[in-house]
Amino acid sequence: MSMRTDPVGDPSPRSLPSPGHPYALHRAAKQEALVPELNRLTRLHYAGCAEYRRLVDVLHGGPRQVDRCEDFPYLPVRLFKHYELRSVPEADLVRTLSSSGTSGQAVSRIHLDKDTAARQTRALTEIAGSFIGSRRLPMLIVDCPATLANRAGFSARTAGILGFSIFGRNPTHALDDDMQIDSGAIEAFLARHGEGPVLVFGFTAVVWQHFVLALAARGASLSIPGGILIHGGGWKKLASAAVSPDEFKSRLRRLTGIARVHNYYGMVEQTGSIFMECEHGFLHASDYSEVIIRDPLDFKVVAPGVPGLIQLLSVLPHSYPGHSILTEDTGTMVGVDDCPCGRQGARFQVHGRLKDAETRGCSDVDHHPA
Amino acid sequence: MSNKEKYDDIFIECFGLAPDQLGDKLAYRSVQAWDSAGHMGMIAAIEEAFGIMLETDDIIEFSSYNVGIEILRKYGVDLST
Repeated sequence: MSMRTDPVGDPSPRSLPSPGHPYALHRAAKQEALVPELNRLTRLHYAGCAEYRRLVDVLHGGPRQVDRCEDFPYLPVRLFKHYELRSVPEADLVRTLSSSGTSGQAVSRIHLDKDTAARQTRALTEIAGSFIGSRRLPMLIVDCPATLANRAGFSARTAGILGFSIFGRNPTHALDDDMQIDSGAIEAFLARHGEGPVLVFGFTAVVWQHFVLALAARGASLSIPGGILIHGGGWKKLASAAVSPDEFKSRLRRLTGIARVHNYYGMVEQTGSIFMECEHGFLHASDYSEVIIRDPLDFKVVAPGVPGLIQLLSVLPHSYPGHSILTEDTGTMVGVDDCPCGRQGARFQVHGRLKDAETRGCSDVDHHPA
Repeated sequence: MSNKEKYDDIFIECFGLAPDQLGDKLAYRSVQAWDSAGHMGMIAAIEEAFGIMLETDDIIEFSSYNVGIEILRKYGVDLST
């Protein structure tokens, strides 16, 4: 027994990264920082969430203390679609996020308390700040005003726009409420800010369909040479439209002049600790998170270069048991602490959705080669 | 209009409040309209009204009516009158 008691409800963010350096930890230092915090979260959720307790008991023989990130129990992400998973009383909840499922599909519902919501904001600020700097840039939102107006239906898309709004100023919507390009708004925005750096943000599929393809269809183009596009979510739709990241980038650049593009990968179950694409095209785990690739048949950890199922760990979720989840996405570990961009930690690539995943329709395709 | 009146008007306008709801108890999520979307709208209104641009950290720290007064002081906006 340790001398210090560790109250299960203690929300103090002890092991969080130091401000301003969300990619500082080497492999050993990161294990040292993450493992105790993730053990604490396992205990916290085991105590607070009956469904999680049952799962850990049945599949893992109880909440053992583990020494390595890969040894934590992981929750299949689809459970968030079928169960109301939370570890705090309902009265403590401040918001429920839902995944952007297409109609007819069950959606994940993620319950946030004030502490978890604040930690998400803080982590997102640190992570995205590493790519766009701390200066707030004029922001062009590739979406319609109505997406934000609908606060009751708080989707991953709404959360993404709001989360990134903190990096923006003079937010301007590039689309009207019919999801058509709002030329007047864009022209006024560019007349005022077009010379300098500009943050452009949108959902991947929205940027592609309603911005890039819509400009192309009109035979129109824009000049946003200082634009930094951050986009994420909804890549599934792109994969089925067979658009490679390279084609996405090159058409965007041709039609808008935007040369800096950062995709991000993230799950609504781990909002905040997103995985940003670096200047060299790799997704990175920050010091708030870890990524593990497993064989889809026997769930053993696979070596770098071998594709498998993506497991995600995050120190942010306190109000629901989402600190270790097994996604239905496939990806490949590229390396650890070795990216030419200089960021420490794991770098990886996402390929697509696992074939035959429960929620998939027959028209969904696995990832195409880029 | 004094700075304090401008500040109060922003909260009243953005969150649809009555003047007697302003003060010590008014904080992020203490009223329905002050959620994360409302927050960004309020910040934009403050920046516009006082001609300043807040750091991202200060946007996060701006957790209540009273804390906001302290934060604005850093930007040279005096709300004491």
